Amino acid sequence: MKKITIVFLALALSFYSCKKADIKAENKAETTKEISDLSIYNLPSKWTTQDGNNIELKSLRGNVLVMVMIYTSCKAACPRLVADMRDIESKLNKKYKQNVKLILVSIDPKTDTPERLKSFAIENQMNQAPWIFLRSTEENTREFAAVLAVNYKKISPIDFSHSNIISVFNPEGELIFQQEGLGVNNEKTIEVINQEAGKI
Amino acid sequence: MKKYIFILTLFFSVFSVMKAQEKGMAFIKEGSFVPLYGAVSKNPVVVKSFYIDVYPVTNSQFLEFVKKNPSYRKSKIKGIFADKSYLSYWINDFDFGNAKPNSPVTSVSWFAAKKYCECEGKRLATMDEWEYVAMADTKKIDARTKKEFNEYILSWYEKSRTYENEIGKTFKNYWGVYDMHGLVWEWTSDFNSIFLSGESRKDKSSDKNLFCGGASVNASDLMDYAAFMRYAFRGSLKAQYSTRNLGFRCASTTKPKI
Repeated sequence: MKKITIVFLALALSFYSCKKADIKAENKAETTKEISDLSIYNLPSKWTTQDGNNIELKSLRGNVLVMVMIYTSCKAACPRLVADMRDIESKLNKKYKQNVKLILVSIDPKTDTPERLKSFAIENQMNQAPWIFLRSTEENTREFAAVLAVNYKKISPIDFSHSNIISVFNPEGELIFQQEGLGVNNEKTIEVINQEAGKI
Repeated sequence: MKKYIFILTLFFSVFSVMKAQEKGMAFIKEGSFVPLYGAVSKNPVVVKSFYIDVYPVTNSQFLEFVKKNPSYRKSKIKGIFADKSYLSYWINDFDFGNAKPNSPVTSVSWFAAKKYCECEGKRLATMDEWEYVAMADTKKIDARTKKEFNEYILSWYEKSRTYENEIGKTFKNYWGVYDMHGLVWEWTSDFNSIFLSGESRKDKSSDKNLFCGGASVNASDLMDYAAFMRYAFRGSLKAQYSTRNLGFRCASTTKPKI
């Protein structure tokens, strides 16, 4: 009988958690009305940095975010994506650079533990501002990719195919620009970032 | 004594709810298949045992959901989670207008579909899971080579406004699941694993042709064409999109609880 009561409680709780999440989200929307409808800061997902810090995306609010999805065991496209990100970083206006965060999000959270991201960051001399590495659960990653319109699929135990898109968000977390492809002309991307960062 | 009766009542109510729900989901036994797209060098993909809703989610079920979850109402949903056509055929937050209560809910975004399933203690099916269930006709687990089966699917593609029909009017497949074909298209959890462009390595002619329609001309049988359509459609979607012929149903890895 005890078992049944427990089952029932568990069921009741699972109902409750869904409802609670929604109410919480609503309250949040009320108290911080400024988060706009199109902001990624509406996403409740939690992320871990290469330093093992747990953050919500909204803690990045107020910065221009430049985001790309990669995975560290990638040998084909990601090194070039990382190079593209570096190139963008090198061309940023020095005056406003402190308002910009360049973020690499793992699409392979199983392999890319914080430790692994950390060593990748050190190897690539990206273990300092404005660089941030993030990982979350597979589900949150899928959702985040959906927001960025980044498509990816696991094609072997160690490999993924994925879209090559670098996304720029304004300080309110709204997607304002996307650069598609590898090694493409990044003039427009840099212009948009500098312009937004200059406003802060 | 009173307490005992209370617990007993509780027991039966939980039991009956569970029973009802089990009826609402079908058990899909582990198996493998070669999907049209997504398998590495045509190796079979293993689909682990899971449960899937017998029917797509209906208008009245979705109405219950938005009553409990205000932020997913037509007037409240945030732009990041749904585009302007979200529930476009609904008159207001609590009125789906001329649509039938038992017709599938459509014009819902991936985010809303995902949230609905979460609130049911379920999830969306993966694309491989969905395709695996969808390849069954009334008798066979894999009917993809059967001419009549493919003709059925293709003739549906030619019909308009099938989303206005009620659930459960198409055929019951091998697994006891209805409406995989003939009613509406459905969201899958990883719909965004299809590539139209900008993909890392294989973004060459062959894969790209897969989605341009040109490649389907060379398809060896009708099955390819029917599946081409589904994969191409998914490849064109974004998670915020909602269209009138796109609905969803939920799945579960574990035995459904509620």
